[in-house]
Amino acid sequence: MIPQEIAALLAESFGGKVLESNPDALMAWSAVEPSSLFEVCRFFRTDSRLDMDHLELLGGADYKDRIEVVYILYSMKHHHRYTIKCRLPRQAPAVQTVESLWSVANWHEREAYDMFGIVFEGHSDLRRILCPDDWEGYPLRKDYVLPTSYHDMPV
Amino acid sequence: MGVIEGKFEENVVITSLDWIFNWARSSSPWPLSFGLACCAIEMMATGAARYDLARFGAEVFRGSPRQADVMIVAGTVSLKMASRLKRLYDQMASPKYVISMGSCANKGGPYWKYGYHVLKGVDLVVPVDVYVPGCPPRPESLIEGILKLQQKIRNETIARKGKEGTA
Repeated sequence: MIPQEIAALLAESFGGKVLESNPDALMAWSAVEPSSLFEVCRFFRTDSRLDMDHLELLGGADYKDRIEVVYILYSMKHHHRYTIKCRLPRQAPAVQTVESLWSVANWHEREAYDMFGIVFEGHSDLRRILCPDDWEGYPLRKDYVLPTSYHDMPV
Repeated sequence: MGVIEGKFEENVVITSLDWIFNWARSSSPWPLSFGLACCAIEMMATGAARYDLARFGAEVFRGSPRQADVMIVAGTVSLKMASRLKRLYDQMASPKYVISMGSCANKGGPYWKYGYHVLKGVDLVVPVDVYVPGCPPRPESLIEGILKLQQKIRNETIARKGKEGTA
């Protein structure tokens, strides 16, 4: 399917839950309500017309007024790609885990948690993955203050 | 090294003993196989056939710190790794030496200003004998560093305790 068809299918199936779509962008995307994110992902994963069996990327982005989670999906069968975005409040960003749909999301969600502090509800093992366990703050946030020392080692 | 320290009068000539110790140590500085980033690729190339580190007796990369004489810190030392690196250094038997390879290990390299997770120089954690500049250094540079280290070992004397844990 071409991105315009995917966007139309998404709008038809979820209607008001889709906040914004841009199927003409280089990476076609749609932003959806955080509360219905899991349902949208499951639709993309299971619907035979879409069949997005590969989660290419799960990442975070800090836009100062909000934090976004980005899911880039790809279908090995149909060879089409689509991006889902989910806008979360900067204070306590949280969204449901998609670990049960794509197992690779386990580590990706841990990374997004490590770098942006996004909490993935229902995640089986939500720990930091890159930074040490006792690290303070979320390094890729725009307001992150560089630490001056860590365990008596100057930074 | 403390073995004969204080057992002789001052000015006892021990140069022959020095020579044999230094010859043995400098002829086979076995490195710890320990690569942290892209510098490790150059280190592997140095050990492989084309550059053949065996010519200088330093080709036996040991898997255990207890069998190694020199630690080549090849790459970016993150803060998370720094404590592990210190532990590996502590597990090495004396005399032990450290070669800091590449800009990252020397002083943080490109992560100098905004690298929140990078140790700004491995010398903050372990004492360094030889610094090899470059990003990454070519195998020739690392060989030069090893030759410098051998030069340094040859000038040691067992009568005088050197820096902590080396002589």
